[in-house]
Amino acid sequence: MKYLDEYRDGTIARGLAAEIARRVTRPWVLMEICGGQTHTLMRFGIDEMLPPGIEMVHGPGCPVCVTSLETIDKAIEIASRPGVTLVSYGDMLRVPGSRTDLFHVRANGGDVRIVYSPTEALKIARANPLRQVVFFAVGFETTAPANAMAVWLAKREGLANFSMLASHVLVPPAMSALLGSPRNRVQGFIGPGHVCTVMGYHEYEQLIRKFRVPIVVGGFEPVDLLEAILMLVTQLEQGRAEVENQYVRSVSYAGNLPAQKILAEVFEVCDRKWRGIGGIPESGLNIRAEYAEFDADRIFHTEKLSAEESPDCISAEVLQGLKKPVDCTAFGVRCTPENPLGAPMVSSEGACAAYYRYRRHAVAGSGSR
Amino acid sequence: MADKMELDAGFSCPVPVAARDAVLLGHGSGGKMSADLLRDLLLPAFQNPILARQDDQAVVEINGLRLAFTTDTFVVKPLFFPGGDIGSLAVNGTVNDLAMGGAAPLFLSLAFILEEGLPMDVLRKVIESVSGAAARAGVQIVTGDTKVVEKGSGDGLFVNTSGIGLVPDGVRLSANQARPGDSVILSGSIGDHGITILSQREGLEFESPIESDTAALHTLVADMLRATNEIRCLRDPTRGGLSSSLNEIAACSRVGIQLQEDAIPIREEVQGACEMLGLDPMYVANEGKLVAIAGPAAAETLLETMRRNPLGREARIIGAVTDAHPGMVTMRTRLGTSRIVDLLAGDQLPRIC
Repeated sequence: MKYLDEYRDGTIARGLAAEIARRVTRPWVLMEICGGQTHTLMRFGIDEMLPPGIEMVHGPGCPVCVTSLETIDKAIEIASRPGVTLVSYGDMLRVPGSRTDLFHVRANGGDVRIVYSPTEALKIARANPLRQVVFFAVGFETTAPANAMAVWLAKREGLANFSMLASHVLVPPAMSALLGSPRNRVQGFIGPGHVCTVMGYHEYEQLIRKFRVPIVVGGFEPVDLLEAILMLVTQLEQGRAEVENQYVRSVSYAGNLPAQKILAEVFEVCDRKWRGIGGIPESGLNIRAEYAEFDADRIFHTEKLSAEESPDCISAEVLQGLKKPVDCTAFGVRCTPENPLGAPMVSSEGACAAYYRYRRHAVAGSGSR
Repeated sequence: MADKMELDAGFSCPVPVAARDAVLLGHGSGGKMSADLLRDLLLPAFQNPILARQDDQAVVEINGLRLAFTTDTFVVKPLFFPGGDIGSLAVNGTVNDLAMGGAAPLFLSLAFILEEGLPMDVLRKVIESVSGAAARAGVQIVTGDTKVVEKGSGDGLFVNTSGIGLVPDGVRLSANQARPGDSVILSGSIGDHGITILSQREGLEFESPIESDTAALHTLVADMLRATNEIRCLRDPTRGGLSSSLNEIAACSRVGIQLQEDAIPIREEVQGACEMLGLDPMYVANEGKLVAIAGPAAAETLLETMRRNPLGREARIIGAVTDAHPGMVTMRTRLGTSRIVDLLAGDQLPRIC
């Protein structure tokens, strides 16, 4: 298939891997930010192609994984109420809250539906005027503009039975938090290509000035990732720390301006709790007061709901790149995709699930590095 | 701000939702949850050696005749889709379950659960479709049942078909017979049916010219059985896709299966839809394809035979049975690396971004 086969081409990929091996003179720890990139690394076994000195650690860019427990609990609480139809992307339904998940809410009679876009949620609301239709909106800057558009359209139409439980998160503050941690090991980042398609990559210049770490915005196919790794290794070996863009077919410096405009119209920056990472200041997006009538958190009075996360799994260290999924004693034993102990095992973009699905034959019985 | 944060405080995950106190949709996915249901509830309740084989059909011996017997229920939505409908699907599905045991299908039962209010025209069209599919497959509908449930208690129309067929002498196909060295042969492209249904369902606006591959495969199987007696096992990779069928064979035979990614035929439209929706075609349902495990010496003959039948025109050797990683299916990727092709927990869920 055009625009796909060339980015999965074995000859090109092996050539890039060989070039990486030629340039590396010492070990480097690199992190891919986005869960989609983690998924590609695992699915295509790219770790097998890299020289031993390059260690990939997996970042917090899985929206399902980092959505806080209390947000999941809020969705479950709202979905359990009579007269409510909760719609969301499929992955969210399996994420365990404090006591149950949305699949169980549905099995117990709740109206929970899977959609592929927020505009489908609007359609459901228009078709069911007697039901309160709540769109459970999670994700990074990538999904935020479309969700903002749904709220904006609902306001313009006066769609009174539509609202959104929004729990968006932002990438640069999370990277800043990771880099500022005394335990940080990451020496270079593959930037999130989809996020940067929307936001551009000027935001990352500030991070580089502060932390002197190279960032290469990367795509999601094997050749994209290998090329991004090569660009990072080249910078590191030459002692440079700059923002570079590998994903030029999608990402521009300024990003998608109309998308940024609608995002700023509907959402405002807020502090956000990340599952597995904790609270990060100014790292989330909430619905602005001007759109309060579409904010499910206010309509259903769930603002005060809070949840304590139990200390059973090491997702914190996994999401910060301090540990690999296979370093966890529960991995593949007590914690599997059908019985996840933590969110990174739930979503196919989660690092633990990606290891489990694609790599456990290669890592069985061995340490992570 | 953020650089002063203490990152290692309170990082944790929740207690799992382990108690399965209710049936979830995932229990019907053909993945691990379905397998668990079978293992924990169904198999212990009805222990017998025929059921224990866990093939798509039971083969029972009566007065020297070996009868294949199977049943399947069809709950597809929408009822009509490009390439077929619930009626043809119900005939072909049961015919195929018989054929995977090597049986010549003979007689089918047909049972409807109808929801009050279903337009009579819809029912008429489904019955006509059943009739046409049965005629094409050369089977007779010889018994049946109709129940009507109150509006809201069903989803328009559910169909069950059961079928019996005769297994020729000397034919013994079962998922536990794969041996290291055997070839894995696939009859054609994967994912066509599942992507057709998905793109129709719930008004998902994905315009594509993909059609369901629903077809009765018994003539193809008969050709294959005539060509060689080296076939160990046949499966039609329906719900759960090719991955689930191969994982079942690997588990039952306690062998590994290694696939070649670039050998597996996938239509460009199907691949495109899967890329857009974040799905893996290895887990998408097929209704007119089969996967065969055959002795290596017979593989080429079998391939030629299959390609002469329109239902197997695109047949390919897609991998081999190995003694490495027993119970596991692995794949040699286009990049030359290897990865697992796992059994999914429940339904394949579209990814967020």
